[in-house]
Amino acid sequence: MSTHTEHPAPQGRQPLDVLDPRVSRFDIVLEGARRDDIEIVHYEPQVVPGSKAERRLTRTVASFFLLTGLAATAFLVIYIWWPWQWEPGRGGDKYYTPLLGLTLGVALLGIGFGILTWGKKLLPKEVSIQDRHDQPGAPEDRKITGETMLYLADEMGVRRRPLLGVSLVAGLLPVGAVAAAPLVGGLISQPHKNNQMFTTGFAPADGHKVRLVREDGRPIRPADISAGGQLTVFPGIEHGVSNRHADSPTLLIHLRESDAVASREANARVGHGDYMWGNYAAFSKICTHAGCPASLYEQQTNRLLCPCHQSQFLITDNARPVFGPASRRLPQLPIEVDEEGFFVAKSDYTETVGPDFWERP
Amino acid sequence: MKRRKFDVAAVPAKTAGAVDDRFQVATPLRKLLNKVFPDHWSFLLGEIALFSFVVLLLTGVFLTFFFEPAMTEVVYNGSYAPLRGTPMSAAYASSLDISFDVRGGLIMRQMHHWSALLFMASIVVHMLRVFFTGAFRKPRETNWIIGSLLFWVGFLAGFTGYSLPDDGLSGTGLRIASAIMLSIPVIGSWLTSSIFDGEFPGTIIISRFYIAHVLLIPGLLVALISVHLGLVFKQKHTQWPGPGRTNENVVGERMFPRYALKQGGFFMVVFGVIALMGGLFQINPIWYFGPYEAWVVSAASQPDWYVMFLDGSTRLMPAWEIHIPIGDGYVIPPLFWPTVVLPGILVGISLLYPFLEARHLKDRKHHNLLQRPRDVPARTAAGAMAVTFFVVLTLSGANDVIADKFLISLNAMTWAGRIGLLILPPLAYYVTYRLCLGLQQHDREVLAHGVETGIIRRLPDGRFVEVHQPLASGDGHDGHAELDYVGWVVPKKMNRLGALGPAIRGFFYPMERPAEAPVSPGHPPVEPRAEREEIGSGESRR
Repeated sequence: MSTHTEHPAPQGRQPLDVLDPRVSRFDIVLEGARRDDIEIVHYEPQVVPGSKAERRLTRTVASFFLLTGLAATAFLVIYIWWPWQWEPGRGGDKYYTPLLGLTLGVALLGIGFGILTWGKKLLPKEVSIQDRHDQPGAPEDRKITGETMLYLADEMGVRRRPLLGVSLVAGLLPVGAVAAAPLVGGLISQPHKNNQMFTTGFAPADGHKVRLVREDGRPIRPADISAGGQLTVFPGIEHGVSNRHADSPTLLIHLRESDAVASREANARVGHGDYMWGNYAAFSKICTHAGCPASLYEQQTNRLLCPCHQSQFLITDNARPVFGPASRRLPQLPIEVDEEGFFVAKSDYTETVGPDFWERP
Repeated sequence: MKRRKFDVAAVPAKTAGAVDDRFQVATPLRKLLNKVFPDHWSFLLGEIALFSFVVLLLTGVFLTFFFEPAMTEVVYNGSYAPLRGTPMSAAYASSLDISFDVRGGLIMRQMHHWSALLFMASIVVHMLRVFFTGAFRKPRETNWIIGSLLFWVGFLAGFTGYSLPDDGLSGTGLRIASAIMLSIPVIGSWLTSSIFDGEFPGTIIISRFYIAHVLLIPGLLVALISVHLGLVFKQKHTQWPGPGRTNENVVGERMFPRYALKQGGFFMVVFGVIALMGGLFQINPIWYFGPYEAWVVSAASQPDWYVMFLDGSTRLMPAWEIHIPIGDGYVIPPLFWPTVVLPGILVGISLLYPFLEARHLKDRKHHNLLQRPRDVPARTAAGAMAVTFFVVLTLSGANDVIADKFLISLNAMTWAGRIGLLILPPLAYYVTYRLCLGLQQHDREVLAHGVETGIIRRLPDGRFVEVHQPLASGDGHDGHAELDYVGWVVPKKMNRLGALGPAIRGFFYPMERPAEAPVSPGHPPVEPRAEREEIGSGESRR
C-alpha cells in the first residue's frame, strides 16, 4: 500500500488550460475540483489493473449480480406457479410469502452487495478536502440586502399610507376565517346531541324495559349462569350487539352466596340497594379509564382486570378501582327478571359509562 | 442531396452541449459531482430512515389499490375459512383480502409494516447519534427541530396506518386514542365528537384516517424530509475531528462516483433486508385478532414499539383524578397527564434542547466538528437519562407480558415501573457522567505515558512494571513528550500503532496473513511503519 503513487503534486494556482488536447482527463478533473475549492489530497487505486486481485473482485461483483438475476427469476417462478391460495392445514401455500420474501430479499441484497463491492473495493480511494464557506455574508452584503428589503417597504408606502395597511389586514382576516370555516363547520359535531354521552342501549324505550341478551341475541334466564360465572351481555334492541352501541356491553356476574352478601352491603352503602337481582350483579364492561373492555374476571378475588392498562376493579365493593390508573368505579346496571323469566335492565345506567371527560357531572 | 454521416460516438457530447445551451447546467452539475462528503458509519443511520421511507411509499401505493377505507358492514366471504360468514367492516374485509386473496399482497403488507417500524427505529437511533455527538449545535438547530418533528409526524403516520385494518387490536388502540382525546379539559368531548363524527366509533373514522395516512401525513413527511436533506446539503455534513480536519473544511470523498455508489448499494441492502423481514417474519397477523368489537380484547394487547412508551406511561400513572367543584363539577381524568401532557413536554424539550444548551454554555460559535460523547459528560449523561426514561416506559408498556412470562406479580411490575421511572434516570445520569470522566482520564493517560505493551519488566529492586510505548518521540523530562488531546480516538493497542501489525481482518477466517510477530518480546519494533505514522486517525480512515 503506497501513499505516494498518483499523488497529485500541489501545483501553484496557475489555471490549467483544459482545452489543451495534451492535458489528461484526470488533470481536468483536478482542475474542476480546484475550481470548487476542493483539493484531492490523496488518490490511490485499490487494485492494479490486470492484477489477480482485480480479476477476483470483478468475479465477486459479477457473481453478486448474477445471484440477483437468479433470485429474481426464482421470485417470478414462485410468484406465478407456487400454490398461493389459503388452505386449511399446513399446505404449500404457507410457504408462499416466505419464499417470495427470501427470493426478493436475496435479489435486492445481491444488487446491494454487488454495488457496494464495486464502489468500495474496485474504485480508487480518495481523500478530498473542500472548504465549507459557511461564514456569514459580509457586513456590506447584509446591509445591501436589508436596505433593499426596507426600500421595498418604502416603495409600498405603507408607512405613509396607513389606511392601506389597516384595510388590507381588515380585509384579509375574514378571508382567513373563510378558509377555516368549511373545515371547522363541516367537522364540528355537538357531543351531547340526544344526550348520547350519558345514555346507553339499556335506556328503556317507550316504557319497555330492555332485555339483557347474549352475543347471538338470545335473552338470558338466571339459571343460564352458574355461581361464580359471568357472561357478557348486550341490550336486547336492534343493533344492540354491535359497535353502534360500543358503550353498552355489560358483564353479568352470578356471585357466590358470601360474595353476594358483601356486594349487597356495598350496594346499600352507595344507595344502590336494589341494583342486584338475587346473587346477580351487572357492571359496565367499558373501562372508566380508557374505554377498553375490562374483561379478565378473577373468580377467587372477585377482581375485574382491564388488559389494556391493568386497572383492577373490586366487584364486591361496587366495582371500585383498587389498582392501576382508573380513578372511577365501573357503573352498575340495575337489573331484575321480567314476568317471562328473562333478565331486563330496570333502567339505564345511573352513572356515566366509559372513559372520563371534562363535563361529566 | 448529400447524406450526412451519423456519428453515434458524438451523440452524448452533442446532447450534453444542447442541454447546456438551453439550461446552463454544466457549472452547477460540476459542483454537484464534486461535492465532498465526510464518511463514517454513524452517518448512515439517517439514510436507513430515508430508504425505509422510500420502501414505505412504494409498498403503500400498492396497498391503496386493494384497500377499501369504509366501515360499511359486510359479511366476509374470502378464502380464509375460519372467518367466513363473520360480519365485519369493509376495511377489515379488504385487509383480509390483501392478506389472502391478492397474490403477493401479504408480503407487501408485511413489508409496509416492517419498514414503518424500521423507519421509526432508524429515526430514533439517528437522533441519538446527532444528540450524543453534538451535531445539532449551531448552525444546525433548524435541522434538529425538523428531525424531532419528523419523529412525531412519523408517529402519527404509524398510528393512523395501523388503525386502518379495523381489526380487534387496532380498534382497541383507536378506542384508547378516543379516550385520550376525551380526557383533554374543556374541549375533549367536542374534539372527539368532531373527529369521530359522534360517539366512538361512529362510521367515518377509518375514511378520515385513510386520507390522513395516504395523503396529508405523507405529504408533510415528504416536505419535511426534503427540507431536512436540503439543509444537510446546504450546510454540509458535520465531520469527526482528525488529521487535516478543521471547522472550516470537509474531508471525505467527492459525491461521485464512489460515495453515490455506496449510497445506492446501501439502499438496495436496506430494501433487501426489509424484503427478507416482510417475507420471513410475520407481523400484525390481523386474521387472528378478528374484527373490532367493542367488548372483545385479549391480554398482551400492545401497540407498535414506538407507541409503547405512551402505553407504559398510562399504565404507571397513579389514579389521580382532579375534581373541580364548580357548578355540576368538572373532571380532569388521570389519563390526561401521561398521554397529552407528557408528550407535550417531550416535544417541547426536544425542540428547545439546542437552544437550552447553547444558552447554558453561552456558546454562539459555529460547530462543524463532532464531539465524542465522553468529552461532553453533562450532555451524554442527560442523554442517557432520557434513554433510560424512555426504556422504563417502553418496558412498562409490556409489563403484563413480562409479568406473565417471568411469573412476576403484575402489580409488582407496575410498582417497579413507577419507582424505576423516578430512580433509574438520575442513576443513569450519575453512572454515565462517571464513565465519561473515566474514559477521558484514560485517554489523557495514554497520551502522557503511552500504550500498554503487555511486556512486564522486573526492576533491579524487584518491582514489576509494565513497559509503555510512548506515542511521541521523547523530548520531555522523562524521555517522552505529552501529546495534546485532539478530540479523536487515541490508539490504545499496539497494533493501532503498527507495532504489532494490523488487527487480523476477516469474519470466520483471516482474510490476510497475520503480520509476523516481533522477533523477541524483549525487543518490540518501536519504530512505527511509515504509512501508519499519523496518530489519531482510525486505520480505516487512511
